[in-house]
Amino acid sequence: MKAPLPVWVLAACGLLFVALPFAGLLQRTPWTDLPSLLAEPAVREALKLSLTTSVAAVALSMLFGVPLAWMLARGRMPGRSVVRGVVTLPMVLPPVVGGAALLFALGRRGLIGQYLERNFDILLPYSTAGVVVAQTFVAMPFLIVTVEAALRSTDIRYEQAAATLGAGRWMTFRRVTLPSVAPSVAAGAVLCWARALGEFGATISFAGNLEGRTQTVPLAIYLALQHDRDAAIAMSLVLITVSLLLLIALRDRWYRVQT
Amino acid sequence: MKRIVALTIVVVLAAVGCGSDDDEPGSSGTTSTTGTSAPADELEGDIQVAAAASLTEAFEELAQMFEDEHPGVTVTPEFGPSSGLSDGILEGQPADVFASADEANMQKLVDGGAVEESAVQVFVNNRPEIAVPAGNPGEVEGLDDFARDELLVGLCAKDVPCGKFARTVLDEAGIEPAIDTNEVDVKALLAKIEGDDLDVGMVYHTDVVAAGDAVEGIEIPEEENVIAVYPIAPLSDSENTDVAQAFVDFIAGPEALTVLEEYGFLEPA
Repeated sequence: MKAPLPVWVLAACGLLFVALPFAGLLQRTPWTDLPSLLAEPAVREALKLSLTTSVAAVALSMLFGVPLAWMLARGRMPGRSVVRGVVTLPMVLPPVVGGAALLFALGRRGLIGQYLERNFDILLPYSTAGVVVAQTFVAMPFLIVTVEAALRSTDIRYEQAAATLGAGRWMTFRRVTLPSVAPSVAAGAVLCWARALGEFGATISFAGNLEGRTQTVPLAIYLALQHDRDAAIAMSLVLITVSLLLLIALRDRWYRVQT
Repeated sequence: MKRIVALTIVVVLAAVGCGSDDDEPGSSGTTSTTGTSAPADELEGDIQVAAAASLTEAFEELAQMFEDEHPGVTVTPEFGPSSGLSDGILEGQPADVFASADEANMQKLVDGGAVEESAVQVFVNNRPEIAVPAGNPGEVEGLDDFARDELLVGLCAKDVPCGKFARTVLDEAGIEPAIDTNEVDVKALLAKIEGDDLDVGMVYHTDVVAAGDAVEGIEIPEEENVIAVYPIAPLSDSENTDVAQAFVDFIAGPEALTVLEEYGFLEPA
């Protein structure tokens, strides 16, 4: 369909507005030094750490997020809207607030953290596990929201039919429900992964910042901006490329599910 | 957050100031005294002051004092790591005055043509100090404890002035710190020490003073310590050079020094 002129113009402005900063970044990119910048040990460490922690965060998000989404969509629970609000809160909260809250809960003087340290000698802040916790906290809601929406739009009668044919609840969940929303789980996981990769605020305020242990790519970029702009741009470019690829893959998947 | 609070204070004060000129009979006295003591006070306008994070509390008070003396002026301070601020200014971040926690970042602006070398004034010194949470749970006694692996040790990131100083001090003492986190600026580090989320860190003496009871300071022996020099200068392309220069002169003057000393800063050598 041909777009009406005002729609076309405003859409073009919108696109320009979003794309312009990236053009600025590309224009400042030291293309010839790019390989050597990305080969720096500190940069490689950060890339490796970002990759492993974000994958772990996605795995955790799927483990807990899919059941949570099912409960929100199908389960019988009191105060469902409150639960949904709490579960999606990290999406809208400034991540730094989330990080501080995590510290109050899981830090060594925190609500739970003090017992973790005293009884099990577990200290999440300043550890790679802490990075995964921060990323999961911020990214899991993206998976939950996606999967819940999918569950709501699938026909519950398939599950009812499975039940009448003698399938138990767990069997129905595994063999009927999960396969029917698998594309959305994948889409949610991709979105969750992209968010975890870009996580900065919660990570730095909860897990701290140490090369090789807690310094993910966004943290390395932030610090590099203050002394080595070229390295910061190089890392940003990697992050943008990966995120863009993920989002392009996601959009295709998303529309197929929707239509 | 601090910045928002400061801004709110500035706005509220400005509003109160304007109102009181007309409404309150009591304040007209103060206005006229200011008028007589500084007859040619025609300073007017807004300036933005980019200042090192370690100056936060002192500059909030000093900005207010300056505004009280010059009713037509609004000072908006912005605090952050000196390295980040100097980069920002070179990238076009609007500012009229820059106050750095080290000479390197001021030199960066001089080299970049943003500041006239002759306009730079050193207004205070500061010294690094060991900070531990109240009660000193890690039983820290001195620089050696930075090497203890079982303690949670924090420093400022290596490119921020407080991180540079800390590394110089530890280096010269021959100590390899067992760092658990490199915080983005001195206030972020201090907050984690205050919250007992770190056992030990190195900040400035002034930060220990500012933190009050939440933090205990352990002085570093003078022969092992360094002196942090704080320069201030108006920016060459300020749109309000008169006010910017007046503010710089005020900060480098004796009245401001008294206030700065209350916050633990030292008179420049």
